[in-house]
Amino acid sequence: MSMPEHIDNERLEIQLLLEAVYRKYGYDFRNYACAHTKRRLEHRRAMEGLGDYSQMMHRLIHDEEFFDTVLLDLSINVTEMFRDPWFYKKVREAVVPHLCTYPFIKVWHAGCSAGQEVYSMAILLEEEGMRERVQIYATDFNEIVLQKAKDGIYPVDLIREYTTNYQKAGGTQSFSDYYTADYASVVMKRSLREQVLFSSHNLVTDGVFGEMNVIFCRNVLIYFNRELQNKVLKLFYDSLCPGGFLCLGSKETLMFSEIADKFEVIADREKIYRKKRM
Amino acid sequence: MSPHPKKYEAVVIGVSAGGLTALETILSALHASFSLPVLIVQHISPDAESYLPQHFATRCPLPVKEADDKEDIMARTIYFAPPDYHMMVELDRSISLSVERRVNFSRPSVDVLFETAAEAYGDGLIGIILTGANHDGAAGLARIKQLGGLTIVQAPETAQANAMPRAALEATQADHILTLKDIARQLNALEGAL
Repeated sequence: MSMPEHIDNERLEIQLLLEAVYRKYGYDFRNYACAHTKRRLEHRRAMEGLGDYSQMMHRLIHDEEFFDTVLLDLSINVTEMFRDPWFYKKVREAVVPHLCTYPFIKVWHAGCSAGQEVYSMAILLEEEGMRERVQIYATDFNEIVLQKAKDGIYPVDLIREYTTNYQKAGGTQSFSDYYTADYASVVMKRSLREQVLFSSHNLVTDGVFGEMNVIFCRNVLIYFNRELQNKVLKLFYDSLCPGGFLCLGSKETLMFSEIADKFEVIADREKIYRKKRM
Repeated sequence: MSPHPKKYEAVVIGVSAGGLTALETILSALHASFSLPVLIVQHISPDAESYLPQHFATRCPLPVKEADDKEDIMARTIYFAPPDYHMMVELDRSISLSVERRVNFSRPSVDVLFETAAEAYGDGLIGIILTGANHDGAAGLARIKQLGGLTIVQAPETAQANAMPRAALEATQADHILTLKDIARQLNALEGAL
């Protein structure tokens, strides 16, 4: 068998595997960026010593625990508190002044992973005096990482980096005010967690979540193909009130999407957009 | 000249320590008519502002930019992977970015670019490993070779840091082992054969 044919067959097997995962478990990775999906599956297939993707599909269908492992592989959970501190600084400067004019606001972290950015925003809003006037929703499709977000427990060795980020982001207090330290881990302050409603939501298969003033979805769309990016951006458009803010990852852009003209750019480098009042 | 000159479609370059000078030698020597897209992973500090595109914009006759997610790969354009993101090539010849964990302690990683580009371009790809003090890119270059692409490695004795070229040469039998100047010449010549 020639190399190109081998690769074509492999692609076909991967498509069938993703179809099987969708039909059996309801998780839809069929419109994820191919290169990414293949890399993640390849990593697991090699680790488990499975000969090809057809064997992997067979195991996925019959072994629910194996599916849970692959589900974790396919969801990227690399994040940090106050990731890209300059982004949070801009949120403080350009978004919060508008939010302050509302009696009550709703913030949605879509694809919140283990919650680091959720707590970042909760801290920021508390420091801006909005604690009593905000409801934060944090959603992810993966129950395991969502539980981690809910617990708000993070390894202590990351705290130094988080503290630096917090300071660079314009934090006004001492970061240690927001957690209690154990030996190996820190627990986020209870009052921060109480502001947040954690729930399971899948951007690919689920619908509008509610009318929001701010949506954060940072470094999630990069894992989708263009078609799915468009679909999810429309979902965000439908979930935002007029004048609501959409915050994407620093390398994600609305520019190429079908809804580009329905938003104005608030901060280009920070990828902060605002839904126009039509 | 062979009756069926090989049609190359893209160039990928992986480089680490000593990269700025090495890239300058190659990129500044490319003909203004050089039409292949060039995708580059230069290891860089994650929180560095990306200065590479600006740096090379004035030192290279071709348009230079930092890659955006899902953009189509255009001819006559040089793309740098953004700091702290992996850069991947999709089968439809567009770019995907990712923040999945580091590969070979690196994000962006040369292997990630090379392996995905090899699958997208097959024997239409030219892969180049330059100076660097680690092993990133070795597996990727082997993959390019395996899928029929052309592999070029900077002669280790001419590299500011020779670990990366050496690792690449251990992983695969490169088609050419060249100095930086000869790599530039070779690229222009291959392009001239189109």
